[in-house]
Amino acid sequence: MSEYQNIYTRVQVRGPVEAGVPLPAQDLPRMGTPGFSNLMGYIGNAQIGPIYLGYLGTFSLVLGLAGFQIIGWNMLASVNWDLAQFVRQLFWLSLDPPPPSYGLKIPPLNDGGWYMIAGFCITASILLWWARTYRRAIQLGMGTHVAWAFASAIWLYLVLGFFRPLLMGSWGEAVPFGIFSHLDWTAAFSIRYGNLFYNPFHALSIVFLYGSAVLFAMHGATILAVSRVGGDREIEQITDRGTASERAGLFWRWTMGFNATMESIHRWAWWFAVLTTLTGGIGILLTGTVVDNWYLWAVKHDFAPMYPAVWPAGADPAAALATGAAQ
Amino acid sequence: MKDFGYGFGRPLLAFFLVLGAGLLWFAVTDTEQVQRGFRGTAMQQVTNKATQANLIKANVVPEAQEPIGEEDLVGEKASEIYQNVQVLGDLDDARFNRIMAAITEWVSPEEGCAYCHNLENMAEDNYQKVVARRMFQMTQSINEKWTSHVQNVGVTCYTCHRGKPVPQNIWFTVPTERPHILRMDNRGEQNVAGVEATAYSDLPRDPFTPFLLQDKPIRVSGTEALPHGNRSSIKQTEWTWALMMHMSTSLGVNCTYCHNSRNFADWKQAPPTRGTAWHGIRMVRNLNQEYLEPLKPVYPEKRLGTLGDAPKANCATCHNGVYKPLYGANMVKDYLHSLAPSAVGKDGGLSTPVEAQINPVPSMDAPYKPKGIPPSEANLRGASPKVAGDKAIGPKAALTTARPVQAN
Repeated sequence: MSEYQNIYTRVQVRGPVEAGVPLPAQDLPRMGTPGFSNLMGYIGNAQIGPIYLGYLGTFSLVLGLAGFQIIGWNMLASVNWDLAQFVRQLFWLSLDPPPPSYGLKIPPLNDGGWYMIAGFCITASILLWWARTYRRAIQLGMGTHVAWAFASAIWLYLVLGFFRPLLMGSWGEAVPFGIFSHLDWTAAFSIRYGNLFYNPFHALSIVFLYGSAVLFAMHGATILAVSRVGGDREIEQITDRGTASERAGLFWRWTMGFNATMESIHRWAWWFAVLTTLTGGIGILLTGTVVDNWYLWAVKHDFAPMYPAVWPAGADPAAALATGAAQ
Repeated sequence: MKDFGYGFGRPLLAFFLVLGAGLLWFAVTDTEQVQRGFRGTAMQQVTNKATQANLIKANVVPEAQEPIGEEDLVGEKASEIYQNVQVLGDLDDARFNRIMAAITEWVSPEEGCAYCHNLENMAEDNYQKVVARRMFQMTQSINEKWTSHVQNVGVTCYTCHRGKPVPQNIWFTVPTERPHILRMDNRGEQNVAGVEATAYSDLPRDPFTPFLLQDKPIRVSGTEALPHGNRSSIKQTEWTWALMMHMSTSLGVNCTYCHNSRNFADWKQAPPTRGTAWHGIRMVRNLNQEYLEPLKPVYPEKRLGTLGDAPKANCATCHNGVYKPLYGANMVKDYLHSLAPSAVGKDGGLSTPVEAQINPVPSMDAPYKPKGIPPSEANLRGASPKVAGDKAIGPKAALTTARPVQAN
């Protein structure tokens, strides 16, 4: 017998297949014959399809696939087209940006040119997908909140791969396409600019990132906890506050003295998520352009404490040699 | 058990048991931490006991040859007895034969004298002998001119060779090919799996040619808060980082052995070991330039690299995974006449450079432990650490004294 549960439910609500609202004449038709998936029903809506791709979605997919392919073929070529080595070394393989010596010039294909083409394809793909989220929201008479949240992530992406390299005068500053190589880039970035943990915008970004996770857990848990009294009907509860909403609010007011409302909790979540990449992007953009060593910057502004010396004060042997002291 | 009405209680229980066991597996590691800086700043060395046990087995110091007293001396120089003795000719015959016996044990114990000598005519030069001769000069140079790095421990043939004619850790320049412009297989000298010399990282795989053969700038970090004309790129940083990963893996230490990682560039907060390492980089560069690469025309082809370059040294060549080669055992003291002639008569020790006297280099044998005053107070006064462990050297001492410091 089916039974509704708060943590995990096996109940699947299935009606007749829903085709969706009619599309305007100039739009491409939706694709695929809709059907039901039992498996997908466990984690979401059991109905799969039809999907609306349209011109934006189609071009976005084509360009994204092209960029993905260019990266993949470059990786495969770098192991001499050996599939076994491609699998074995996959985490090490990478398509790197051009050497810094090219500055902002267009590099030859074999020396960063493929990277530039792949980067262009993927960037165009992402921007088209953004336009798609915007257009579909308008079409459905929704607000454009999803598009603007997505735009915040795109901001960070563009800062890393476009705006900051542009300001630094070198495409070589961009992030490589590869598993280990992009992680190495991240650590090297912090080493080069004197420890990114002293960058206040990096700190803010971490606060919002971890904060997003906490808020998501709190909100998800609260709604599941009051779903037995109708709390999952969140939208109705915004305008017509019922017992679920009352209990959820009371719970938090009793435990921490303050509670969000059914409406404001979603603004909390949205802003935390959006501010993660927004502040992160600012932090990256300022690095190297406005600040060269974040640790020394923090010392200058009195928020990096100095610890008591444990070793005798070290001296730079190169400086000593330069003044002839070590001779 | 109660299945909460879901019917999957048992699998759920099994899942959490496996998860817990897995976490325990990773949590229970056989490591040891030695605090080497102010508390709470993560300035500590982490060593794995199993790795250490293997290293100790691999770093046993061979017994010295029978010592030679004044009464054992022959009274004739080697050059007066033998022909073609170019470097060690000034040695008394007894000392000469003793170092020949030692080098045979250190370098070619299986091949014997015949590895370098034509037994029919010992004076004849072959490539092994020409290289060995140059290596004697190199060893003397290290012991006499590079005490800023080797301190009063010094090196012998055994430091690198370990009973093998070719030391285990040598390097050749990696060829850099620019493929055809339309091709995709330009790897940019990095992104290669399985490079042991750079700690299996994805970083540039040959940081040795620019930094340990050539004199390319290693420093990349900004030294002022605001931009001041430092144009070091991220890619350049990765080359420096690759060299640092090599040093770390060659010495079996983490970054904080030489750096305060809150700001890698700052010398004022760095342990004095960083100064020793700085001199080490200059030393290895000098050895590669003056001694090793110039031997290129001497070697047969099988000993050369892809580009026809001579085998060269890096940090791992001597260190072999240990922060001080052979755990700081002083082997050279038994062979001063042949391996450090200018140190003879100086109380059996190599000269200690001035800066090493000012900044004694504490090692992991001697973790920071001020005597007499409470540690916290000592920290605040910036007391200099005691160097106690250097006398009690050897692998056993390293292990028994490598304990965490009680600095609050």
